[in-house]
Amino acid sequence: MSKFAFPPSMTSRPVYGRLEPRAGSAHLMIADAEGAEAILDVATPDMMAKAHIIYIPKGTDFGDRLRALSPAQYYEGPSYAAAEQRIAKAFDDAKMGLQVYLSGTEGVIGQAQHAAMQAGVPHTAIQTEHRGSTARRMQCVHCKGITEDVETDPFQCSHCGLHLFVRDHYSRRLAAFQGVNIDAEDPGNVPEAKGIYE
Amino acid sequence: MTIQFNDETFRDDYSFHNSDRALKRFPFPFHEDSYMYSVNMEQHQGGPSDSIYEKRFDVDEHYVSEMRDRAIVLADDPLRCQSLPHMTLAGWDLLELIMVSKSEDYPDLFELHRDGDQWRWVNKPMGIDDSFTFLDEATLPYGPMEYITRQTQGDFAVLDQRDDNLWMDAGMITTQADWSLDFDIGMNFFEWHAPVPLAHEKGIFVRALKFLLNIQQGAPARRLNWTLTVNPLLDTSPENYHKWGIQKTSMTPETVGAKQHLRVELQTFFRLPRSNALVFPIRCYLCSFQDLTKTPKWARRLHRVIRDLPDELATYKGFIDNRPMMLDYLSQFDDGLPTSLGIWPDLDTEPPLQKG
Repeated sequence: MSKFAFPPSMTSRPVYGRLEPRAGSAHLMIADAEGAEAILDVATPDMMAKAHIIYIPKGTDFGDRLRALSPAQYYEGPSYAAAEQRIAKAFDDAKMGLQVYLSGTEGVIGQAQHAAMQAGVPHTAIQTEHRGSTARRMQCVHCKGITEDVETDPFQCSHCGLHLFVRDHYSRRLAAFQGVNIDAEDPGNVPEAKGIYE
Repeated sequence: MTIQFNDETFRDDYSFHNSDRALKRFPFPFHEDSYMYSVNMEQHQGGPSDSIYEKRFDVDEHYVSEMRDRAIVLADDPLRCQSLPHMTLAGWDLLELIMVSKSEDYPDLFELHRDGDQWRWVNKPMGIDDSFTFLDEATLPYGPMEYITRQTQGDFAVLDQRDDNLWMDAGMITTQADWSLDFDIGMNFFEWHAPVPLAHEKGIFVRALKFLLNIQQGAPARRLNWTLTVNPLLDTSPENYHKWGIQKTSMTPETVGAKQHLRVELQTFFRLPRSNALVFPIRCYLCSFQDLTKTPKWARRLHRVIRDLPDELATYKGFIDNRPMMLDYLSQFDDGLPTSLGIWPDLDTEPPLQKG
C-alpha cells in the first residue's frame, strides 16, 4: 500500500489530495516512484491522448505500465534534477487550459509545484497526491544545503555535518522542510535517529 | 532632548548597556501579573513624552551601535535582507515613510530636502549625506528598502497584500527572535506563523490578520511581544543558532541577573501608499533582569509572569530549562504586594520592594 495518512500538523506543512481526471487542453503529469500508481489510477484514454508524463522511477518498475497507457509524450529520467530542464520547457510551452498532476514523494511534488507556480500556472489547475516514501527534501538552516530523501529525524546534514531536527515547517519557495541543529545547547546529546513517522 | 549614542557591542564582549533614561522608558510588556497571547493592538499615534511610543520610529541611545551590528550581520549573510522583484515599489514607500517621519520627529538628527524627485537625505548620527532621485534605484548604493533599513533600528518585514492575505515578500531581518527570512520569504500570514504553538487554536492569527488587512494609511497600529535572550545578543537567528544556542547554558545563579535579558519587540504596522503593502517594523529592546528589578512593580510582576507561564510557551520561547534558575533569582525580589494595572513603572505610586 503506497498511501500514507499524514497526521495533522502546522499550517505551513503541505497537504495532499487524490488525483482526479479533469477536462483540459493538455495534461502534464510529473511523478516519481510509487507516484506512478496515482497516474495509473486516474488515466483515461482521452486524457492520455493529450498527456505528457515525466517519470522518475527511483528503482521501481512502473515504467512499462505507464508507457502502456500510450501518453502523447513520455520521459523517464534518473532524478528530478535530470528532468528539470524538460519540465521547465514543458511549462514554458504550456497554453491556457493545461492541467498539472503531481504524484509521488514530497520532494518531487514540491519542486514541480514550485516550477508550475513560477511559470504562472494557477493553483486551481495543479493537483497533488502523495504516494510511497515519506522521505523529505530538507534545507539545513545553517549551511543552506539541501538534502533529498531524508528519512530519519534527527538527521546529520550531508553538507555541514550538524545534527538536525527535521521540522514540519515547510517553504514552498525552497520546496523543502527546515532542519535546525538539535544539540546546540547540549553538544553531543543527539537522540537516536528514528524514521520520521515512526 | 539630545541623545548620547552608546559605543557598545551586541556580541563577543557584550558591552551593551542601558542608561537610567533607557531603563525608565523600557517597554515592559506585561500589563498584569500573568501572560497569554492576545491580539493586543492599539493605535500608534504617539504616546507619553519620551516614551518609546512617542515617535513613529523611535531612535534611542543604541542606534549607532545597532546599525554597526546590522552591517556585520549583513556582511556575513546577505540573505538576511531580501526583496522579491514585485516589492521594489514598497521599498520606496518605506524609504519615504522613514525619511519623512525621522526628519520631522528628530530635526536635529535627520534632514530630508525634496525638490521634485531630487532628494537629499542627511543622517547626522551615521555621518551620511546622500543625494538621489526618488524611484530611481540606480541612484542609491542599495535597493531602497535595504538603504533605509541599514539606517533604522529594528527588523522590517514588508508584506504584500493580495487574496485576502499578507505575504512576507521582502524584509530586513537581522535581530529576529529565531525565525529565518530566507526560509519564510514568500509565505503567507498563516504559513510563517505556523510554528507558533497554541495561538492558532485560539484563533489569534485569524483575528490579527483581519485587523491588519484593514489598516489604513495614516492610521498605524502597534503591539508589544516578548521573549527572553541570554546575553544582549541581537542576532538570535536560526542560521547562527548552532553558535549562540550554547550561551543559554552559560548562566549561573551568580550571573543570571546580568546575563538574562528580557527581549521586547515593539511591533508597528503602517500601510504604504503606492504599493498598498503593509510594513511591519519589529523593534527590539533589551534589558537585563538585574536592571528590570530596579523598578519595584516590574520586579514583582516579572517573577509572577515567568513563574506562571504555561510550559508550552516557555518551551517555544526557549527558556524552559533555565526557568528554575530565573525563578530563584526573581523570587528574592517579589514581596507579594499587589501591582497596579498597566505596563508603566508607576514609580511615584508603587511602594519600594520589601525584600531583595
